[in-house]
Amino acid sequence: MRAERLVSMANDIGAFFNAEADKAVAAQGVANHIKRYWDPRMRREIVAHYREGGGAGLEPVARSGVALLATSA
Amino acid sequence: MYSSGYHDHGTPAASGAKLVTLEIDGKPVTVPEGTSIMRAAASTGTDVPKLCATDSLKAFGSCRLCLVEIEGRRGYPASCTTLVADGIKVRTQSHKLTQLRTSVMELYLSDHPADCGSTSASARCDVHDMAAKLGVTGMRYGVDGRNHLHGAKDESNPYFTFDQSECIVCSRCVRACDETQGTFALTIQGRGFASKVSASQNEPFLESECVSCGACVEACPTGALAEKSLIQLGQPTKVTTTTCAYCGVGCSFNAESRNSDVVRMVPNRDGHANHGHACVKGRFAYGYATHPDRITTPMIRKSIDDPWRQVTWEEAIGYAAGEFKRIQAKYGRDSIGGITSSRCTNEETFLVQKLVRAAFGNNNVDTCARVCHSPTGYGLKNTIGESAGTQNFDSVMKADVMIVVGANPTEGHPVFASRMKQRLRQGAKLIVIDPREIALVKTPHIKADLHLPLRPGTNVALFNSLAHVIVTEGLTREDYVAERCEADSYRKWKAIVAEERNSPENTASSTGVSPELVRAAARMYATAGNGAIYYGLGVTEHSQGSTMVMCIANLAMATGNVGREGVGINPLRGQNNVQGSCDMGSFPHEFSAYRHVSDLATRTAFEKDWGVPLLAEPGLRIPNMFEAALDGSFKGMYIQGEDPAQSDPDTQHVTAAFKAMECVVIQDLFLNETAKYAHVFLPGSSFLEKDGTFTNAERRVSRVRKVMEPKAGFQDWEITILLSNALGYPMHYRHPSEIMEEIARLTPTFSTFTYEKLDRAGSLQWPVTDEAPEGTPTMHVGEFVRGKGKFFVTEFVPTTERATRKYPLLLTTGRILSQYNVGAQTRRTQNSAWAAADVLEIHPHDAETRGINDGDMVGLTSRSGEIVLPAKVTDRVRPGVVYTTFHFPESGANVVTTENSDWATNCPEYKVTAVEIVKVTHPSEWQKRFHEFTEHQLELLKAREVTHA
Repeated sequence: MRAERLVSMANDIGAFFNAEADKAVAAQGVANHIKRYWDPRMRREIVAHYREGGGAGLEPVARSGVALLATSA
Repeated sequence: MYSSGYHDHGTPAASGAKLVTLEIDGKPVTVPEGTSIMRAAASTGTDVPKLCATDSLKAFGSCRLCLVEIEGRRGYPASCTTLVADGIKVRTQSHKLTQLRTSVMELYLSDHPADCGSTSASARCDVHDMAAKLGVTGMRYGVDGRNHLHGAKDESNPYFTFDQSECIVCSRCVRACDETQGTFALTIQGRGFASKVSASQNEPFLESECVSCGACVEACPTGALAEKSLIQLGQPTKVTTTTCAYCGVGCSFNAESRNSDVVRMVPNRDGHANHGHACVKGRFAYGYATHPDRITTPMIRKSIDDPWRQVTWEEAIGYAAGEFKRIQAKYGRDSIGGITSSRCTNEETFLVQKLVRAAFGNNNVDTCARVCHSPTGYGLKNTIGESAGTQNFDSVMKADVMIVVGANPTEGHPVFASRMKQRLRQGAKLIVIDPREIALVKTPHIKADLHLPLRPGTNVALFNSLAHVIVTEGLTREDYVAERCEADSYRKWKAIVAEERNSPENTASSTGVSPELVRAAARMYATAGNGAIYYGLGVTEHSQGSTMVMCIANLAMATGNVGREGVGINPLRGQNNVQGSCDMGSFPHEFSAYRHVSDLATRTAFEKDWGVPLLAEPGLRIPNMFEAALDGSFKGMYIQGEDPAQSDPDTQHVTAAFKAMECVVIQDLFLNETAKYAHVFLPGSSFLEKDGTFTNAERRVSRVRKVMEPKAGFQDWEITILLSNALGYPMHYRHPSEIMEEIARLTPTFSTFTYEKLDRAGSLQWPVTDEAPEGTPTMHVGEFVRGKGKFFVTEFVPTTERATRKYPLLLTTGRILSQYNVGAQTRRTQNSAWAAADVLEIHPHDAETRGINDGDMVGLTSRSGEIVLPAKVTDRVRPGVVYTTFHFPESGANVVTTENSDWATNCPEYKVTAVEIVKVTHPSEWQKRFHEFTEHQLELLKAREVTHA
């Protein structure tokens, strides 16, 4: 899938969890949401995008969330 | 005229708690206080003669036929307007009463056609029926005097006629329009002998304010107002109680038929959702089921550029199954998926998701709720614990204040809108939050107390400011919250909404709504008593759709407005079975009753029952399927009763995805827009051709019953079984009731649900369990389903779709009363007499600055595409906002909508698209290509080759 689209979706999720003052909690929220609702191929691709280029285009909270996914993948 | 078998009690039932005992014709009768003598008599089997009375309308007392005698009282009171009293003795028959009634009857007969009800209409006429009952065979006055026997006939309405010569001016039609429908389109014009029923200002019905709900036709006691279908087809011979397949109100109907033809649809007075009312779609727009465009033979083709081949069911199913197996062998198990339909039954939906999970072996199943109410499921599950509305429709009659946000009930949910209007006329307050001035804002008889005309895309900012006022002015229900909600989440939410940045004064720059209006609305909702929130797709179809649903739940919990009648969170569902399709496990991440596929206990139960291993990972959502198709990892789809090529956003993206697939299987009534990209067409069945159940917006499960045989030989659930069997996963159901047994076995909220129980009750609101064996009209009583209610912080995140110099206007979309969704059904009925094209509403100021006049063709361009529509200049939209509908495929409203979607669910942001408009003279390039493609596909359909006998 287009990395650009996945990045945009991850950023939208991040924007909701960004309301959390504790950014670690926010990142976990992003990771949990993606794990719970994204098909595995989408998760693989966003993780690959993160691993390959450091997650270009990802906002900080979304990036932290994807980083958590990458760690657990 | 109501159905012949109906026992009309003459006046509505009374709700008095005290019982009153009286004597009628020597028999003791006990009825609730407030009951009319007419109704009390009817309850004992004594039908007092009547013409102007019917039990759906308040007593009127004009026809003077229902006179009775009451011992000890003078005169002959009308039994419809005289209420029962303890100990009175009533006589409904006497020599004097017969004399009086005969005289009245003679007067009616002197100005009434002798053949009324015999050569026309319903073949029934209460005037003649009552005359026969009273033994009046002639009259003293002759027919040579002044009369109305040559009165004009109005045939303008496509569905019913009005023949003044048969009208007795009883006002039943006028009262039905007022009391039942709430449109007030009819009146009695003139005085005395010149009195006549008039639509609006003596206009033809079609051109008047009449919304063609048909309540007047049903209330008419003669043939004056009559269905054209009844005149054409004659008296029905069979009645089947079933459920409407249009909007989420889920009206119950008695389908009256003769041979294999539906003669008319009569709303069921015992229907729990509609109480005998209907709208123009449900009552009249069923003709699509027999439209010549119906395809009733399966077809296949290798490529979408090939002509179709008409084949046997066996070949079509074999081909589809073979292709799906081939694709999975070549591209992997996850390369195919399916879409369930919110227009099909619960049982059919359940089977499609089972087919995907068990026979395809993946979780790539989704439903069209993805593009409408998926945020409702997410938002309500997280806050209050259940992905559904909290009330029944009747609850509105106990509401003191209603917020209607992002919904247009008079167009989208007209029968429920009539109930709302009844309550509003009783004095309940109304707050409308909508960018447009919807009909509820201002009509001759209803006026919203407050209208907050916010900018599209700013719902969350507005609701945060409502919450700010409620919190900072101490209007929260602290006792309720302390008892029923999570303290930490409340504290956190309260602190954030109280911040000054969320005040109406600060959010006004985003929302465009004056702070005074916001403050007034917040105070009204929090202090008026029972507060109920009704919402629609103007809430969900945004990039913050799920956040906004949480905002609504936060507000309802903070003010103590969940868990009893008259309050609640009420999503108005778009299609007939959106609630049901979600309940049945249509989403790729969850089984029925909203249980995640990763939940081991749930998955194990399904694996045991279905005899196959199931995946613990979520599958692809609809938009993800399209993305995956374009990247080459998704190659085949089974689509039952949906049309994403018209209904889903960014049409060109969607059609490119279909073109990239190798096998698209469509099961539908017509060659819809998606079917033009399909390789297999399986002819589906309409709601009139099947058995099953629908679940409406109030969680009410109602029976769908077969009125006619399926045109193509199979009901939709049977076709899914054929496909599953061909894929090597046998299904053995003989009737939808057997599917429901499986649903009940595997779904906690349906644990004691059976067809037998449903048939007995008429309808049941889930949960139906041991604890609630007769269903659950109001949820979250005493405790939320999730235990403690949870508040969520809902920061406003503006959509990226903003007005710019290039695209300075915001487009929002919606629907109209006479057409339904993609229009596949209603466009094939005479409803097009009211609207035969989509139009673009534009504010006079925006029109003037662009040199656009009413009726001009305008090009509408967004970053996704361009279309051309006729302009309608109106101040119903605010400056800077334009509005259109998506009922006609050639308009291509979704060519301009974008891929933006709700952060949590991917529900598309249909409600906000930045656009520019210019006056043009030619169709858009997309429209030209659409026209050429459509012509080509219709040629391929026409040239279909018959390869079987």
